[in-house]
Order: sequence, then C-alpha cells, then structure tokens
Amino acid sequence: MFCCGVLGVVVRRNAIVIFMSIELMLNAVNLSLVAFSSFLGDSTGQMLVFFVMVVAAAEAAIGLAIIIALFRNKQTVYVDEINILKW
Amino acid sequence: MTFEQGVFYFLAIVTVVSAVMMLLQRNPVNSALYLILNFFCLGGLYLTLNAQFIAMVHIMVYAGAIMVLFLFVIMLLNLGDDKSLRQHLGLRMYLGIAFSVGLFLELLYILGFSSANNYTQQSPTAVEMGTVEYIGKILFTKFLFPFEITSFLLLAAIIGAVMLAKKKIIQ
Amino acid sequence: MYQFAPLIILFPLVGFLINGLLGRKIKNETIVGGIGTIAVAASFVIGLGIFFEMLSRPIEERSQVVTVFEWISAGTLSVNVAYQVDQLSILMTLIVTGVGSLIHLYSIGYMHGDAGFWRFFTYLNLFIFAMLNLVLADNYLLMFLGWEGVGLCSYLLIGFWYDRNFEKGTTGDAAKKAFIVNRIGDFGFLLAMFLIFNTFGSLAYESVFAQAKGFSVGDNVMFWITLLMFVGATGKSAQIPLYIWLPDAMAGPTPVSALIHAATMVTAGIYMVARSSILFALAPGTMEIVAVIGLATAFFAGTIGLVQNDIKKVLAYSTVSQLGYMFLACGVGAFAAGLFHVMTHAFFKALLFLGSGAVIHAMHDEQDIQKMGGLQKYMPWTFRTFLIGSFAISGFPLLSGFFSKDEILWKAFADGAPWMWVIAALAAGVTAFYMFRLVSLTFLGKERFDHHHIHPHEAPKTMLIPLLVLALLSVIGGYVGIPHVLGGHNYFEEFLEPIFAGANSKMMLPMHDSAALELGLMAGSVAIGLLGMFAGWKIYTQKIEVAEHTAKKFSGLHKLLWNKYFVDEIYDAGIVNPIKQTSDRFLWKIFDVKVIDNTLNYSAKFIEATSNIFRRIQTGVVQSYAIVFVAGILVMLGYLMGR
Repeated sequence: MFCCGVLGVVVRRNAIVIFMSIELMLNAVNLSLVAFSSFLGDSTGQMLVFFVMVVAAAEAAIGLAIIIALFRNKQTVYVDEINILKW
Repeated sequence: MTFEQGVFYFLAIVTVVSAVMMLLQRNPVNSALYLILNFFCLGGLYLTLNAQFIAMVHIMVYAGAIMVLFLFVIMLLNLGDDKSLRQHLGLRMYLGIAFSVGLFLELLYILGFSSANNYTQQSPTAVEMGTVEYIGKILFTKFLFPFEITSFLLLAAIIGAVMLAKKKIIQ
Repeated sequence: MYQFAPLIILFPLVGFLINGLLGRKIKNETIVGGIGTIAVAASFVIGLGIFFEMLSRPIEERSQVVTVFEWISAGTLSVNVAYQVDQLSILMTLIVTGVGSLIHLYSIGYMHGDAGFWRFFTYLNLFIFAMLNLVLADNYLLMFLGWEGVGLCSYLLIGFWYDRNFEKGTTGDAAKKAFIVNRIGDFGFLLAMFLIFNTFGSLAYESVFAQAKGFSVGDNVMFWITLLMFVGATGKSAQIPLYIWLPDAMAGPTPVSALIHAATMVTAGIYMVARSSILFALAPGTMEIVAVIGLATAFFAGTIGLVQNDIKKVLAYSTVSQLGYMFLACGVGAFAAGLFHVMTHAFFKALLFLGSGAVIHAMHDEQDIQKMGGLQKYMPWTFRTFLIGSFAISGFPLLSGFFSKDEILWKAFADGAPWMWVIAALAAGVTAFYMFRLVSLTFLGKERFDHHHIHPHEAPKTMLIPLLVLALLSVIGGYVGIPHVLGGHNYFEEFLEPIFAGANSKMMLPMHDSAALELGLMAGSVAIGLLGMFAGWKIYTQKIEVAEHTAKKFSGLHKLLWNKYFVDEIYDAGIVNPIKQTSDRFLWKIFDVKVIDNTLNYSAKFIEATSNIFRRIQTGVVQSYAIVFVAGILVMLGYLMGR
C-alpha cells in the first residue's frame, strides 16, 4: 500500500489525487503499526496510531485549504502547471 | 484455512486492489470512492487485529470526516476528468515509476528475507488491549502529554485553515 | 662610550623626522638647516668620543658589537639590529659624519631661497642615517638596508629639482637611471647574501668571518660569493660596467654631488669589499677581476674627463676614475691603502665639488667652463681652496692625495704586476692634466663670460668655512699614513691592521724589502703627475691653440671621448630598447591580454556553463522533488540492507 501511495504521488498530476495518495501512505503505516502492536503485545503502537490519525486529519484540512487557495490564484490543480519557482 | 485467515485474505486483496484502482482512475471522484472502499477494508483489518477502538476511530475519522472533506473540495473545484496518464509519459514519469517499483522490491526484500522473528501468533493480551477502557486508561496516564499537545496541533490547524480560505479583505 | 653607538644612528633619524614632518611649517631656513647640521655634527662628536676611547683600549678589545634589538628570527635565520664598533666602521663613521656635517653647513648657504629647502635637509638626514647603518652594521642584512636606503636617497636627491630639464630628459630620468642601475648591482649583492647564508648559516660578520677561516684559498663558492658582491659594488661605486649613472647624477644640486657621489655613497662598495676582505682573500680569481676592472675604470673614466666641458661632469668622471684606484688597491690586497684613499678622496673631492658649487652659484647656474675664465680675481678664496684640492688629487708631493695614491701605485706594482703600475701612473698623469685644464679654464686666463648679466662674487661665509676646513684636511690628511720608506710611521695601516688580519693571513703577500725600488717608482709617478699638471696649466692658459689643433687632428678620437665612448647609446640599443620592445609587444599585448585575462574570463565562463547544466534541477514542479525524496529513501534503505 505504501508503494502504491508513493506511485500515486509521483505519477498523478491532480493535486487532490496526490493528496489522497499521501493519505494512503499514512494509512499503510498505521496498519503496520497496529499489526506490530498486536503481535508484540505492546500498546504503544496503538497509541501512535491514534496520534497519527489526529495529525493526518489536521494535515488534510490544511492541505485542502492550500489547494483551494492555489486554485483561486492559478485556476488549476495540476501540479506540473504550477512551476513559477523554476530556474 | 480457517475463517480468520480467509477473512484476512479477502480484506487484504480488496485493500490492495482498491488502492491500485484509485491510482488509475481518471475522474477524481472515482478515486475518492475507491479510497473510501480502501478505508473500510482497513477498518476490517484492524478488527481482525483486535484493535477495536482504532478500527472505530478509523472509520469515523477517515471514511467519515476526511473523505467527506475531500469530496466537498472536489465538488467545489468542479474539476473535470484528468487527462489520460499515457499522454504525458515523460522522463519524470519513468523515473518516478522506476523508483517506486524499486522501493517496493526493497521493502519486500527487507520484510521477507530479513532475520526477523516470525509472527504467527497474536499475543494473548491483544484482545483486552484493544478495548476502549484500556486505551483510555493509557491515554490519560502514559501518553497524557502528547494528548494535550495534539490539542494545540488541532488549534493551529483550524486557525491555519481559516486564514488560508479567507477572502482577502479589500480596504 | 661604545654603548652610545646607537645614538650615532639615532640623531640623523630624529633630524629626518623633525624636518620631514614639521619642516614645511618652519619657515625659518636657519632653523631647518641648523637641525639638519646639528644632527650630523652630534653624531660626529659621539663618533669622535668613541674613536678616542678606542685608541685608549688595547688592540684585542677594540672591536665590539652593540645590539639594539632582535630584528628577524625565522627558523635558522636570526638577524639583529646590532652595530659593530671597530676600527673600520669608526673610520667610515667619522668620514661620513665629518664631511657630512661640513656639507650640511655648506648647503644652508647654497640652497638659500629654494622652495624645497626643508625637503633637501630631510633627504640629507635620511641619507646620513642610511649610510651610517651601512657602515656600522654588524651583519649583511642591515648593511643591505643601508645600501638600499642610500640608493633611495640618491634617487630622491638627484631628482630634487624635479621640474627641471637635464640633457635629453628631465632630472627625474637621471634619478631613475641611477636607481635602476643601482638595482642591478643590488641584485648581485642579494644573490651573494643568499649564498653567504647558504654556506655559513648566518649573515653576521663575526660568525661568517670566523667560519671563513676554515676555508681554503681558491674555493669555488667563495669565488661566486665575492664575484656577486663585487657586482653590487660596481653598481653602487660606479665601476665598469655600471658607472653610467654617475655622470647623469650631476643633475642634482651640487652639495648632493659632493656628499653622495664623491665622499660617501660611492665608497659603500669599497667599504663592503674591505669589510669582507677575508672572503675576497679566499678568492684570488675575484681579486684579479676587481683589480683589472678598477684599473680599467680609472684609465677609461680619466680619458673621458679630458674633453668634457661641464664643470661637474669633469669632476664626476674624476670620481669614477679615483674609485677605480680604490678598487685596484683592494684587488691587489692592499685594503688599507684603498681605505686611505677613500679618506683623502673624501676630503679633496668634496672640496672640489663644493668649490665648483660656489662657482656655479656665482655664475648664476652656468656650468659650462667654456663660458668661464678669469674668476680668480672675483673669488680669491674659492680659487685658493680649489687649487689646493686640485694639487691634492693630482698627487702633488706632501699633500694627502700624494701619500694615498702613491701607496696604491706601489702596492699595484709590488703585489700586483708591473704593467698595472704603468697604466695606473698614466691614469694619474691624465688626472693631473684634466684637473689643471679645469682650473685653468675656470679661474685663470681670459674672461669669457657675459659681463652684463653675470656678476661673480665671493661665496658667503657658510659656504666658505667648509671649503677652508676641507682644504686644510686635504693638506694634512695624509700625514697619518706616511710610508716607511720616507721615514714615517704608517699609523693608518697599523690602526686598521686587526681588521685585515684574517685576509692577510690567507693572502700570503710577498715581502718587500727594496726601498730603492719604491723610492724610484715614487719619483716616477711624481714626475708624471707634475708633467700632467704643468701641461694642463700651460696649454689652457696660454696656448689654447694647441688644444684645439690636437682636437681637430684627432677629431675621430675626440668625438669618441666626447660622446663617452658611446657607452650609453650601446646600452640603450643593446639592453634597454630590447627590453622595452619585449615588454610592449610580448608581455603586454600577448601575455597579459591573452593569457592572463583569458584565464580569468574562461574560468568564469566555465563556471557559468556548469551551473547552466545544474540549474535545470529546479523544475518548480513539486513532483520532481518528491521523486528525489523517493530516490533518497531507496538509497538509504539499500545501504541499510547491505549492512
């Protein structure tokens, strides 16, 4: 799942889809954390998952806000058209 | 094959398939829907791992809140279909695909052939660890500090989001 | 008294600083001149004090080193600012400060009314400071400091009247010529110092000379060291091939010519050779070269002086010629005789220059002797002192020049070779001839100047007193060195003997017992001298037609002599112009522009090109950066996998 997420970030042009791929990556990590927590009998993993979710939620909100602001200025969500920081 | 194993395999396959399908969709709405399917399956996987609380929270937060937010934004921006991926296969694309595949292979190697312990059995305490009471107990004792900090984090996130989405005030 | 030796150096330095920094503000000429003169005179007094104390000490204790501070201490090289007070240095100090203070006094009168009066005395004091450093130093590096310092002051003083024209160029050109030619010699000196340090591991006289005792005569390294030192000496003391700057140096004011180019700076080369006598004694090859060049220069310069018409030029060539005598003496091993001639020459040459300065002053800056004549009745005292000086330089019996020149001639015959005596005696005859030609054309005979515009008068007191003192010294100065054969006691040679003991032990000169031969040669040289004097006087006062007739008959030779053997032109064509052309065409246009500039330009372009390639990494597209992230993760994981 993680690699799917990476592939998504790299290949897709739509900023929102990229964002969704990032969420996919985060979830992949969550899954592995929970799995390890379960098999090791340590609850630290689940705690971590909890916090990761909190962060992910916050970051999703902010990220989408940024995308909206970007859209307002450039009228596009395709990341390869947003290249003002070019040489 | 036991019932548990069967459930696990079913859920795992659906998870991976939906992830892959999400990547390949042209319509962003379709991608979002596949992601929601993915999240549900993940929740199921959490249940098989005896992490009940996490599973519930996962469904509520991710599938319920975040994906809804995503769909709102997609609808708000009123995007059309993306262009087909085949249309702009450039150097960047090739490099990216190559690196990602490489990453996958590496991870496979690490997980598969490393000398880690074989985990075949879940720990006996796993069941009671997943319950709400247990998690709550730990959350407010051992992990109290991070818990309080996250409230700040959320505050910052809210302020940021509001600032970013505001329209400029014209004097 | 010895510990006051650094004060000798200090006084002129203080005078230099006061006059240099405040001189422009002090409008009173007497004060500025007074400060300069008193500074040098004070040094003379201290020098005199040390001299008398030296005489009261036993011989072994006469030489002492007074250290002021440690100057350089770098690895194995350790050089102090220290002064070696011994017979040789105190002799030179007395000459420099004594004659120097007289010339300072003279300059107060001579430079009266000049706009750069304070500048003149500043430079003069700086010169004395540098010269004293040169003669009193206890190591070669401090001597080199003084060496360069006097070269610098020579430049400053020759070009003192910087807005005047001089011959084909300006006074500045003459000053530059002096400095550059000096530099060529200095290069030789520098190389010699490097060799000395390499061979002996030190630059201090005591150390070097002590170690030199262990070397054998004819050593190859010694040959090169002394040869290079002699190159330096030819530059500073105007010998062949580097004498060309001295006649041009007459562009400076006459006191400068008297002080620097007659009495002190030009003797620096001889001092250097005398100081390093033991090194020279170890290299007989160089000694021969020194003697031959000295002899050749003496004769060569004398012949040029025969036909010059500028009063100062005659004296300049005379100086070059007399310096040749001093080097001849050193070259045959008679170092004391050479220094004796340094002393007497300082007296009478300074006298002659100052006298000529008085004449020039009275004739309103006219320097051509063809336009003078009959000045005897206008400037009696100047005439008398000038005459005494001329007698002295021509070797008239019982005057100072007679004793010193004769000793050189005798030693040239006995320790050198008979043919050397012959040429030297001929040169002495030539000297006498042109000196009396000068006297006759200037002071005697018909008056050839324009009476309406020029009213010659006697020199003022400040200028006359030095003339009188120097005349007196020219007469009695020789009595410290009366040779054995005339029944006297050569105090001078005895005094300096400990300095040259090392050299003498290495040279093994033959003993001379035949007094008759010496007396005979003395009589011969006196005869030649008297003949020259008489001929010069007679022809140029009464029978000028003889001179003009001879000049027409030998017009080719006359032209050669008058144009100084075209040496300057040869140097110009052979050395100066090729260097200029090379610099212009090659070094500037090709090397500087193409190689150096292009290296810079192309290195800049290269950097620009490479950065052009690298800047494409900044695509501005976020995904590219993400790809780089992934690549990085791959690498790290790979590394961790491999371990």
